[in-house]
Amino acid sequence: RPLPPRARRRLGQPVSGVALLLGLMALPAALGQRSSESHKNSNESFAIVSFKWDHVKEPYIIALWILVASLAKIVFHLSHKVTRVVPESALLIVLGLFLGGIVWAADHLASFSLTPTVFFFYLLPPIVLDAGYFMPNRLFFGNLGSILLYAVIGTVWNAATTGLSLYGVYLTGIMGELHSGLLDFLLFGSLIAAVDPVAVLAVFEEVHVNEVLFIIVFGESLLNDAVTVVLYNVFDSFVAIGETNVTGIECLKGIVSFFVVSLGGTLVGIIFAFLLSLVSRFTKHVRIIEPGFVFIISYLSYLTAEMLSLSAILAITFCGICCQKYVKANISEQSSTTVRYTMKMLASGAETIIFMFLGISAVDPDIWTWNTAFILLTLVFISVYRVIGVVIQTWILNRYRTVQLEIIDQVVMSYGGLRGAVAFALVALLDGNKVKDRKLFVSTTIIVVFFTVIFQGLTIKPLVQWLKVKKTEHREPKLNEKLHGRAFDHILSAIEDISGQIGHHYLRDKWSNFDRKYLRKILMRRSAQKSRDQILNVFHELNLKDAISYVAEGERRGSLAFIRSPSTDNMVNVDFSTPLPSAVESSVSYLLREKAGPVCLDMQALEQRRKSIRDTEDTLAHHTLQQYLYKPRQEHKHLYSRHEIMHSEDDKQDKEIFHRTMRKRLESFKSTKLGINHSKKLNKIHKRDRGQKRRNSSVIPNGNIPPENPVQDFALKEKDLEFSESEENNDYETLHLGKGVDFLANVTKQNFTDAPAGIDNPVFSADDDQSIYMKFSPWLSSEDTVVPSQRARVQIPYSPDNFKRLTPIRLSNKSTDSFLLADGPEDRPRSFLPESTHM
Amino acid sequence: MGSAHSVPAEMRELADRTGFTSEQIEHLHRRFKQLSQDQLTIRKENFDSIPDLEFNPIRGKIVHAFFDKRNLRQESDGLAEEINFEDFLTIMSYFRPIEMNMDEEQLDRFRKEKLKFLFHMYDSDHDGKITLQEYRNVVEELLSGNPHLEKESARSIADGAMMEAASICVGQMGPDQVYEGITFEDFLKMWQGIDIETKMHVRFLNVDTIAHCY
Repeated sequence: RPLPPRARRRLGQPVSGVALLLGLMALPAALGQRSSESHKNSNESFAIVSFKWDHVKEPYIIALWILVASLAKIVFHLSHKVTRVVPESALLIVLGLFLGGIVWAADHLASFSLTPTVFFFYLLPPIVLDAGYFMPNRLFFGNLGSILLYAVIGTVWNAATTGLSLYGVYLTGIMGELHSGLLDFLLFGSLIAAVDPVAVLAVFEEVHVNEVLFIIVFGESLLNDAVTVVLYNVFDSFVAIGETNVTGIECLKGIVSFFVVSLGGTLVGIIFAFLLSLVSRFTKHVRIIEPGFVFIISYLSYLTAEMLSLSAILAITFCGICCQKYVKANISEQSSTTVRYTMKMLASGAETIIFMFLGISAVDPDIWTWNTAFILLTLVFISVYRVIGVVIQTWILNRYRTVQLEIIDQVVMSYGGLRGAVAFALVALLDGNKVKDRKLFVSTTIIVVFFTVIFQGLTIKPLVQWLKVKKTEHREPKLNEKLHGRAFDHILSAIEDISGQIGHHYLRDKWSNFDRKYLRKILMRRSAQKSRDQILNVFHELNLKDAISYVAEGERRGSLAFIRSPSTDNMVNVDFSTPLPSAVESSVSYLLREKAGPVCLDMQALEQRRKSIRDTEDTLAHHTLQQYLYKPRQEHKHLYSRHEIMHSEDDKQDKEIFHRTMRKRLESFKSTKLGINHSKKLNKIHKRDRGQKRRNSSVIPNGNIPPENPVQDFALKEKDLEFSESEENNDYETLHLGKGVDFLANVTKQNFTDAPAGIDNPVFSADDDQSIYMKFSPWLSSEDTVVPSQRARVQIPYSPDNFKRLTPIRLSNKSTDSFLLADGPEDRPRSFLPESTHM
Repeated sequence: MGSAHSVPAEMRELADRTGFTSEQIEHLHRRFKQLSQDQLTIRKENFDSIPDLEFNPIRGKIVHAFFDKRNLRQESDGLAEEINFEDFLTIMSYFRPIEMNMDEEQLDRFRKEKLKFLFHMYDSDHDGKITLQEYRNVVEELLSGNPHLEKESARSIADGAMMEAASICVGQMGPDQVYEGITFEDFLKMWQGIDIETKMHVRFLNVDTIAHCY
């Protein structure tokens, strides 16, 4: 049962209209005949196939509408030009008007309208939950004072002035004869006063103003709900009991109810957030439904608040705000992604439907009553009073704020006061019997909504550009920034402590202490408590980005081989002091491929080796992922965005540049250890060596191998490929030689023990490089002897056999033998080294 | 005692130099006396009496900064044993919010002063450079609040940050170039584009909101 009865009734009426609209022209007729036929026939025989339109029509129509709205979105985004200029919300409204027009023309029935039930129960909650769950908390609480002032005082001010002014003008008689009293006007004022979160989000998301401005307008639109609900309820009941019966006590009750409604709603939200966090702590074994809890429990908070006639929007907003930290820490990474996407999808879908139905709802002659003076004056008053209200409040605020809100900001804030679906739903809720001018109010609200969303939505972007409002700069999270930011927090709170002030930082400090001591222990999994640190997160994120760009680079080159090159390890693992546990393994397949690759006679061995390379690749990839790709918890969002989940999809090029520089940085650190001269020398030698190697490899096949050998051909091709690749690699490899020195020493042993039996040809295996390194390795030259360092002694496994570099290609089983021989060579390094020097 | 009978002229001079209003100075003075237990100067031990400070992971560094002569007056170095009220005010004045009537130049100087203070905090061996080791120490202290974090990760974070700093400050480096540490110029570069003046400030209220201390 997707919709309550009232909505269904409304949605279900003009079946034929929808069918027509969707191009199913023949459907209604066919359906009528069929159903009657089948009814007739039912007594006679069993129908194998029956057409049951009536049976499915309600959910069917709803689904079709959603489909239409979604398809429309695709169409809009086909052209970037359009969406860049016109906000999507405006396009959707126009589309709604258009579709509504078609349906109306087809069967002269007002088709659908946005009913308050559907809106408040199904469309609004996802949007608000999304807003709360992805709220940049720090920014929000940092500006809470300003937001509250605008939300509470601003809304009351707007409601009162608009209502009173309209009433005043009405008394002059310009509007003609209306059936409304002061209270009706105030009721209207209260529902038209509130800035609408849906509309504000839809427009501001595309404008990208700076975050402080955004959070103030957006926060205001969220928090003013409590005020709107209370004002609306108060005046609604006042209208019901009649003007004469309103006493001071009633007014007092209204004020009290404001505090109850807003604080109560917030409290309900916090309680449910607590529950949700607690539940998410124990969902370890039910990962699949984990994301469901987030939605269900937050939705329950909304319904509970609604049931207690508290502010439901505040409840679900605060549920989202309070639980985000703990939930994101508790649930698994995949669930976190699921939650993110589902939430964005629901919110975005709900928003699409809202705006489209706003358009469709307007096509209904029954709701329209035109009163030029009333409508125009409403537009004028809401704009003018918004400006006045903003200016006055900002003037007050600026005396206390350190980041001043300038005149430009004020213009944007006044201009961003969009009205939307909340106002429409509220006005649709009015009872025509009690409020005589309901129709006029409805028409005016629609006009106001359309005007603000379409006209202001269209013009706000040029306005922002023209005024040169400070925009958000999307910057990469920088580790230094985060570190300094953290240091700041501590310093400032310490200074407040020392100077004896109880300020913002003092409170935040105390809160985070409380959070760490109690809340986290209750609400977070033990494993999550560990990894929860913002700085660590940024660090992980950066690392992840590095790793991703490496993989991307590998894909670009069509091979992942280079990923196991030493540079990766250096890159991802910034910790220089650990003895690079993975360097050994990681370079294995790299070396195999690079050096031992090209020449191989034994097809089976080749096959085997390739397999093993793939295996090592797999395990290595796995290993690298586990060890170096830290979990991405994209937790800190500077800005809220509904439509995009902000994973920074940067140009590969940018990343590459970043990488190269990072790599070089690293090298410079390294070189402090190894000594600059050595690495320089090594570079040169390495280059020369490469050239030599190349010559070697090109000579050998021609000389010794019969060219008709297909395997050889294949191997040659592969080799060529490899070389072109290594040429590309060359420039950074040389950079890495310094590092390479110690890790190649590590590697070689592994190289041979790891390799399968069919290691075929040691001629081109690492030994030639190895010897070079041995000769020039820093520890040797610094000691002025041929005795290798402790490390080299332990880790160089070669027997002298390996240095018959010019031996022609051997069969694989032979070479295997030689390696077997070479397996326990630790006792003979000395004999090997002198030989290696006269290579 | 001390300057409790502060002459208006002296007060005005302090106000001129540190930019505080006389009310703020009075409040801070009261706090100072509370901390120093009515002595003329504060020593390091006096800061131990502030209960809220106990949980601050970098309290050592912060307290240290109060006695760092580089922060107290120009062209001096080393550590002071004790500081008087004027010094106390000087340190506090690093945390003043910006004032509306500041022009570009003043703003720039203001900003630099704040950054200098920070820089001195990181540069514990007073050599004008934040070396990798110094950075590691700071990061370790910063993260020491989280008992689950190992020292290893703190170190690698510091290393990563250092590399980032190097890439920001030097740009492309040759393979044999060595980045020794962050100099103050580099530090300024790293802070480019971040409004430190809107972040690094404490609101010194005129009202008395002195937290307890034992």
